[in-house]
Amino acid sequence: MLQYLLTFVVLGQPATPPAAGADKPAAEQSQPAEKAAAGDKKPEAAGNPCDKNAPRPANKPKKTLPPVGPRTDIGAGTYWMPVANSDMAEHVDGLFLAILAISIFCFVGITIAVVYFAWKYRHREGHQAPESDAHNDALEITWTIIPSIVCVIIFLLGWKGFVDLNTPPKHAYEITVVAEKWKWSYKYPNGWVDENLHVPVGEPVRLVMRSKDVLHSFWVPSFRVKQDVIPNRYTKIWFEAKTPGVYRQYCAEYCGDRHSFMKSLVVVHPPGGFKRYMEEAEQALLDMPPVELGEYLYAARGCNQCHSTDGTTKTGPSWKGIFGETHQTSAGAVKVDENYIRESILDPTAKVRAGFNPVMPTFKGQLKDEQIDGLITYIKCLK
Amino acid sequence: MATAATTIDSSGAPPEPSYLTVKRGFRNWIVTLDHKRIGVMYLIGITTSFLLGGVFALLVRTELFFPGSQIVNEAQYNQLFTLHGAIMVFLVIIPGLPAALGNFSLPIVLGAPDVAFPRLNLFSFYLWCTGAALMLLSLIVNAADTGWTFYTPYSTTTGTAVVPAVAGAFVLGFSSIFTGLNFIVTIHKFKPKGMGWFQMPLNLWGIYSTALLQVLATPVLGITLLLLLVERIGRIGIFDPALGGDPVLFQHFFWFYSHPAVYIMILPAMAVMSDLITTFSHKHIFGYRFIAYSSVGLAALSFLVWGHHMFVSGQSKLASMVFSALTFTVAIPSAIKVFNWVATLYKADITLKTPMLYALSFILLFTIGGLTGIFLGALNVDVHLHDSYFVVAHFHYVMMGSALIAFLGALHYWWPKMFGRMFNERVGQVCAVLVFIGFNTTFLPQFVMGARGMARRYFDYDPEFTRFHQVSTIGAFLMGITLVVSFGNLIYSLFRGRRAPRNPWGGTTLEWQAPSPPPLYNFYAHEQPVLYPIYDYSDLYYDEKEGGWLRRADAKPEDEAYEP
Amino acid sequence: MSSAAHDEGAHAGHGHAESPFIQHHFDDGAHQFESGKLGIWLFLGQEVLFFSALFVAYIIYRHNHPEIFEYAHRYLDVRLGAINTGVLILSSLSAAWAVRAAQLNQRRALIFCLAVTLLCAFGFLGIKYVEYAAKIHHHTLFGKRFAPHEAPDGTEIEQPDGNPGKDAKGQPTAKEPLNTVGGVKAQPIEGSKGPPPGTAPVVPGDPSASKEEPASAQAGVGVLPAIEAQKAAGAKIDTESSARPPPNTGMFFTIYFLMTGLHGVHVLAGVFVFIWLLWRASKGHFGPRYYGPVDFAALYWHLVDLIWIFLFPLLYLIA
Repeated sequence: MLQYLLTFVVLGQPATPPAAGADKPAAEQSQPAEKAAAGDKKPEAAGNPCDKNAPRPANKPKKTLPPVGPRTDIGAGTYWMPVANSDMAEHVDGLFLAILAISIFCFVGITIAVVYFAWKYRHREGHQAPESDAHNDALEITWTIIPSIVCVIIFLLGWKGFVDLNTPPKHAYEITVVAEKWKWSYKYPNGWVDENLHVPVGEPVRLVMRSKDVLHSFWVPSFRVKQDVIPNRYTKIWFEAKTPGVYRQYCAEYCGDRHSFMKSLVVVHPPGGFKRYMEEAEQALLDMPPVELGEYLYAARGCNQCHSTDGTTKTGPSWKGIFGETHQTSAGAVKVDENYIRESILDPTAKVRAGFNPVMPTFKGQLKDEQIDGLITYIKCLK
Repeated sequence: MATAATTIDSSGAPPEPSYLTVKRGFRNWIVTLDHKRIGVMYLIGITTSFLLGGVFALLVRTELFFPGSQIVNEAQYNQLFTLHGAIMVFLVIIPGLPAALGNFSLPIVLGAPDVAFPRLNLFSFYLWCTGAALMLLSLIVNAADTGWTFYTPYSTTTGTAVVPAVAGAFVLGFSSIFTGLNFIVTIHKFKPKGMGWFQMPLNLWGIYSTALLQVLATPVLGITLLLLLVERIGRIGIFDPALGGDPVLFQHFFWFYSHPAVYIMILPAMAVMSDLITTFSHKHIFGYRFIAYSSVGLAALSFLVWGHHMFVSGQSKLASMVFSALTFTVAIPSAIKVFNWVATLYKADITLKTPMLYALSFILLFTIGGLTGIFLGALNVDVHLHDSYFVVAHFHYVMMGSALIAFLGALHYWWPKMFGRMFNERVGQVCAVLVFIGFNTTFLPQFVMGARGMARRYFDYDPEFTRFHQVSTIGAFLMGITLVVSFGNLIYSLFRGRRAPRNPWGGTTLEWQAPSPPPLYNFYAHEQPVLYPIYDYSDLYYDEKEGGWLRRADAKPEDEAYEP
Repeated sequence: MSSAAHDEGAHAGHGHAESPFIQHHFDDGAHQFESGKLGIWLFLGQEVLFFSALFVAYIIYRHNHPEIFEYAHRYLDVRLGAINTGVLILSSLSAAWAVRAAQLNQRRALIFCLAVTLLCAFGFLGIKYVEYAAKIHHHTLFGKRFAPHEAPDGTEIEQPDGNPGKDAKGQPTAKEPLNTVGGVKAQPIEGSKGPPPGTAPVVPGDPSASKEEPASAQAGVGVLPAIEAQKAAGAKIDTESSARPPPNTGMFFTIYFLMTGLHGVHVLAGVFVFIWLLWRASKGHFGPRYYGPVDFAALYWHLVDLIWIFLFPLLYLIA
């Protein structure tokens, strides 16, 4: 209670109760606290960068990043397949089921024949097996020709579907996909970068994909589309979603330790929703306090694959409490300050912390300066 | 070495010691030139590797019982499935039937004293041991985590011990090449008089086709792995896009061998199955020529379809189309074989001994494996199923459900010949049935799981797949336990099994005229084998005193070309 | 009655008529020789396939980047290559003659021919050593190690930092990250000025693609060749002037060293085989009844020669 009063008095915050566990004595803040009159309607810029609830200008209410809903594809679909969310997916399913039917027919037929013959013609004492031919050319030719014809038909149907899968319409909406160990990044034409794939319903979407390191593969089971993503080369894929919802996307080419964690969501927006999302997302990010921006980027840009915030050591050091510490690095002792963090983002192998491998990729050209500022602030606030 | 008895033939005391007991001692075995001893040494190495690979498989399946980490972390999991795959493919299934059982049986089936190049044969075995040691080295130092396919750029940049694993596979490739070379020359130059190509047992047609693949396809694996090693060690850039190289080129080179490799695994299996089915049906195989031609046809066609592993790799769409079309052609000869086997059962005289149970298992499991290949050959369906558990299930059905089951069946079939002992038939039969049940329990759910969206090589998975994984794990343990019991059954027979007659099953091929176990040169000097018309059971009868099958004294030998 | 017997022949086989080197399991010397012949042909077949991947890689990379091959092959000395070709052809002749000598029981001629073959092999390896040493000296090596100071015609090449000082391997002095693949670090291409920024193939809506990818990284199969990408971005590319190697010229030397290196290993193996044969010939092992090893080794040697006859024009004589 005392701490709350102190905070209130010292920072001039509106009278919101402190969140549970969030009591921070004023002394811990890295910025000097500024005194302001209580109840001031137009506060000066709050000094605490870690405070996500810092007062905002009256004409610019804070926008939150629109949430991504829960998956809608779990449990949906038939016994064999997830729900087919495009015409091409339905074609795939049709062919799959046709082959399944033929396969079950053949397998059951052969099983019945084997079991029946093994029983009917079992060895019995004194019983002589009847005479039978050792070959029958007509039979051979028949059971060669019929499967061949079936195979040709299956091939042609599969080929047609494949051609469709690889022929995007000219007016498709284009999104760039970047795959890296172990995160997908989706870059939209307006510059927005998202960790999930947002697409409008009923419109063809083309993805132009590349990898930053090893082979990955982009797979959305609900659309039955998959394409390997290769370093230093662009591969393409397209689809047109029929039903709004949230669908799972996986990496389908083994790419190392966290291959199975490298997944994202495909958010199919109802009509109008996509445009709205893009506008809201971009706006929210521009308005976001640096610490929230850093927290968002920590997850969205894949830092969380290698750095924890709770002290656990992963591929990279944990961010918890490191700001202000002095670490041994490959280039001598270094104090973890704003400059070191910025350098580590842009040139990660310059000063590698002792005990860790120089495997961090550079984010040069991928993070705007404001975004780097946000990450620095976020790290600063991780006590 | 195990003290199997010296042979007992109809006349009583053995005139010569068997190959097992002549010249005892480890030193005599390790430098032997006898194809039978080499085969036995391969068998010991291969079954040991199989058990090791199987342990890794059970560890993988245990880890996958729930999502998230159970017994290992993600890096260790990746090493587990890599070593499981590499050991099973390179140390067990590819050498398995040709090196262990083919080495033993081929010369005897030809009535010959040995293979064409016995010293090369021993050298092949040494190469196998070296390859195994290198793989073990990788396992011990920091087991490779690239997957058995070693795709670049991951394999050239990961920090695990890829070099020993790849070097091991390279050396194993040459073991395979020289074995194949040996077999081709043996079949060409050591056929007995009266055995033309179409009087050869189908087992030999399979071994011959396999050997062609071993000699012609494996060198491409050799150079591919060599390039991978040099790329990793010297950074020459051939697969490195930053230096102008192409990582997809690795996939082309790799699969150019690895697709014929899967036919190296299955052709000897099919070949042995032909012999097993005819023997236990006590009837001539149906469609001999078609089965023979299909073996060679499969070998030839197998070179043309490697791109079906790469439909979504970034290769050209035209290439994908051509490979898909060719893939369907390669399905047809396999289907022909299955139909011919089933037709052999028609109006036959069938005994369901252990080898026959494995053979019937093989037919059913291979049918499933082959049919699921059709799904994967259809282009747009494969786009969805590629790199999912559907593929994992498919290849386990053909590699394990077919090739390994055939290996077990062949092992039980020739066990009395190799060691002069009969195993416990009841235990063998029960194990065969349980393996079939356990296998299907393990892998049938994986087809559904894969089509539903479960990707392969995944350490963690979305919770909706949990039930499938759990059923699969239970099946795997059932299978594992049963396999250990069946191997135990075989080993137990070495000490307590009934002495085996020359021909316990009623086979017509020449090895069943040799003593069980055979002497050093396969047949007694005074008792050369006589060639009878192929797959002709009319002169065989079961003799109680012998405890096995004998041929009537007035049986007519093969003395002119016989059209089956 | 027809019999499946072989052992009679094998056991009775080695009387004084047969060479002591006929093995027990063969019927006779002819059986052994025919088997060995088939065996060596199969071995040669697999050797061809062993080299095949390198020829395929050559075809693919040359088809996609003819400028690299056109530029870099001029670093090779055609005269030395031609001499090597002649040396190997001569050695094939002497190897074939050795077989004939063995068949005709001409022991001295056999030894002489084997010795000539061996000397030619050493000569070949010696010339190869000279060629390789020159390449190491000029830093014209594989992959990233391609860092010559001079173009094939002798004109000097500008270094990216203006400083001709590099370490012995021609490596840049800056530390390299472990992960060299993809856009990790924008490396300047050694031996050239490097591409101007923003030359990556332009993709709509991709604001950051240009910053991190060197144009060299685009030179994979099936991608816009780096040259065209740069031209599309308006850069002036000078492929005619020999003062500037095209990007990724190291790839030519990757292929060169792989092909000639693997071939050299086979020549070296042949050296050991022929030393063994020479020793056995000096002991009088070979004659009309037994000359298989000479015949088979000569066949192997003919293949080694044949492979070089393909390598020489493909690497040295690019039009």
